[in-house]
Amino acid sequence: MIPVCPTTALPPGEAIRVEADEPIAVFNVDGEFYAIDDTCTHQDASLADGWLDGCAVECPLHASCFDLRTGKVSGPPAKTPVRTHRVVVADGMVYVRPGVAAEGAA
Amino acid sequence: MSPTIAVVGASLAGLSAARALRDQSYDGRIVVVGDEEHAPYDRPPLSKEFLAGRASLDDIALGAPDDEDLSLEWRLGTTAVGLDPLSRAVLLEDGSEVRADGVVLATGARARRLPGGDGLDGVHVLRSLDDALALREDLALAERLVVIGAGFIGAEVASTARTLGLDVTVVETQPVPLAGPLGTDMGAVCAGLHADHGTRLLVGTGVAALVGTGRVEAVELTDGTRLPADVVVVGIGATPNTEWLAHSGVALGNGVLTDARGATSIPGVVAVGDCAATWSVTAERHVRTEHWTHALEQPATATATLLGTGGPVPTPVPYFWSDQYGARIQFAGSRREGDVARVVEGSCADRSFLVVYERDGHPVAVLGMNQPRLFTRWRRQLRSAVPTPS
Repeated sequence: MIPVCPTTALPPGEAIRVEADEPIAVFNVDGEFYAIDDTCTHQDASLADGWLDGCAVECPLHASCFDLRTGKVSGPPAKTPVRTHRVVVADGMVYVRPGVAAEGAA
Repeated sequence: MSPTIAVVGASLAGLSAARALRDQSYDGRIVVVGDEEHAPYDRPPLSKEFLAGRASLDDIALGAPDDEDLSLEWRLGTTAVGLDPLSRAVLLEDGSEVRADGVVLATGARARRLPGGDGLDGVHVLRSLDDALALREDLALAERLVVIGAGFIGAEVASTARTLGLDVTVVETQPVPLAGPLGTDMGAVCAGLHADHGTRLLVGTGVAALVGTGRVEAVELTDGTRLPADVVVVGIGATPNTEWLAHSGVALGNGVLTDARGATSIPGVVAVGDCAATWSVTAERHVRTEHWTHALEQPATATATLLGTGGPVPTPVPYFWSDQYGARIQFAGSRREGDVARVVEGSCADRSFLVVYERDGHPVAVLGMNQPRLFTRWRRQLRSAVPTPS
């Protein structure tokens, strides 16, 4: 598990990029935390820099949309989904388990 | 018989139109005509990752797995040569025709060439996949590249060629590159990337001649300078592909003239993407936009017009980006002479900044270099600030 940050450091509507073998983006959507691959599958851009709209993040470069819950593409031009990663919140800290898909994700 | 819609042009705008038609519940035939042999592909990487050999054909394919469900009939490698306005038949170069109930014109634009430069080997333009393959092959054997035109394409090619180890000179007729889109001050800042990375930039000078027999050997400038060159890339803009419509009765200007919803002067015919000069309710004139995002988003409006389901006139905020020398440049909005550029974050010297252009104290455009997060916020803000015309 990778420690991300204290929950207080990631308020609703915000995202943070976590360095891992493949960088991970962690989002806070109204108190729920989600983690997906940070790099857009279309072209090299950081999704943590993107625009959060409900449970979707829009890539800052070409506006591809991904569903944070499943990693699926919800808007072109991206063609392939991003991976999801499980988020664990314990003792006021946010952690991610890289490579372990989020619960409920395909 | 089920209705037919012909989409003429198989690049981003054409494919987006086909997807939009299905999205809007059109279930008739869709025939997509494209003059290139290739299935739709993404053009921006052609001057960057693809040219550098870091992206494959697969990487730049635009088609997604879901596109199978679109049930499109492809007529690739076939050039449209005419449009019969009465029968709405698209005439193809092989003598056949596609009779359609509706037509989407999406024939794009082609790279402008330098008069007299076509006879020489080693002289390239960059617009298509085949252009990129030919240029890539030539660059692999070259040492000295001269780029004519310091616009975004020229700058990106120069940047890629530097990473390939070439000696690069960029020649620009204007005193400041990119002054049109970015203004003089910011154009100069972005052009500064060339010097940062060892590219020579010569401004305020035109090209007198391309010198060589059989193959280009040098570029001669109007001031008499002679620049030795193994390869020359001409990046001096694009011309809309509309000549094939000359006898169709479709009203043409700098592109196919359409109203704000994409309708041309002929019923049942709409135009999208780089070939269309669309009426802008904010600028109050026809505007031909060559931006990628425009080709992605605008077709949905035009197809709704074609299907008779058009909603309110959209007022998009123009957006484009450029990647050069590892710097990400992003621009959104509509800038014009007299707007005041103000740095609101970072500094130009650090090559990391956000600049807001203001008119009468209101933000009208935003430019970011290596500031994607902040840029996205500003772009959103501009989008929500655009007044909805009545």
